[in-house]
Amino acid sequence: MENNLSSADELKTIRKIMEESSRFLSLSGLSGVSAGLFAVAGTLVAWLFILKGGSVRYDEYFRSLSQVDTFSLRWQLVADALAVLGLSSFFALYFSVRKARKAGNVLWTPVTKRLLLNFSIPLATGGIFIIILLLQNHIQLLVPGMLIFYGLALLNAGKFTYGEIFYLGLLEIILGLIAALMPSFGLYFWVFGFGILHIVYGFFMYRKYES
Amino acid sequence: MKDIISGLNKIFDSRIRLGIMSVLMVNDSFDFNSLKETLDVTDGNLASHLKALEEKNMIRVNKQFIGRRPNTSYSATEEGKLSFRLHLKNLEDLIKTQ
Repeated sequence: MENNLSSADELKTIRKIMEESSRFLSLSGLSGVSAGLFAVAGTLVAWLFILKGGSVRYDEYFRSLSQVDTFSLRWQLVADALAVLGLSSFFALYFSVRKARKAGNVLWTPVTKRLLLNFSIPLATGGIFIIILLLQNHIQLLVPGMLIFYGLALLNAGKFTYGEIFYLGLLEIILGLIAALMPSFGLYFWVFGFGILHIVYGFFMYRKYES
Repeated sequence: MKDIISGLNKIFDSRIRLGIMSVLMVNDSFDFNSLKETLDVTDGNLASHLKALEEKNMIRVNKQFIGRRPNTSYSATEEGKLSFRLHLKNLEDLIKTQ
């Protein structure tokens, strides 16, 4: 009987080490929630202050204007999006550090490096592609591009952290493709994909793994 | 019953060696310091177990330099992976028979 217990125990330990050494488990659900909240806040800023509550349209009308007329609007929107990206990344890191400390785990491991590499290649590709779209005046494809490439990045990261992130990535990709078909509703798709989905996902992950 | 126990590979007797093999089964390679942190063991202890596994041809040592600092990483050999899988299977069978 004792032998049984120790063998079972041994297998359990082996599985735990395999899991911990091949997956980055310090990613906190709170990172998702905070990223979602910043995205919603960023959308409100864009809607209320930059697009003046919808009185400035950013789709067909926007494109029909010359680049000079909309230059400042454009860069305000870009600055707003970059602020959301910066704040979300900062707090994602903050909550991960906090979770790792709490669990007594090391944050910077070979898996962390692999995760970041696999996440950032599709993301950086998307970032550069979006800058090109912006410079070539394909405004209507910006939001679909962001959602699709972000989704691909998440999908790729799924192998190195919680598997659930794979499905979040899949949803973002599907949303991005639909957004490409409905170019006038970019802002709605953006707030849904980066705001609502992140909040729901983060809350779900927090409930499942951290409470 | 006796058969199963004798099938358990002596080389995997220690918890640290089991830990090392577990990490190397799911990672192509892992460096010394990361192994130390993952398994939470001392330098000397880890080094001696790595040496034992290396001598039995269970793992391979790759020495390289990152800038000026030496960096030693380890990978499981095919033989090591096979033996470890067999060891896991034996453990599972042992649990089932009791």
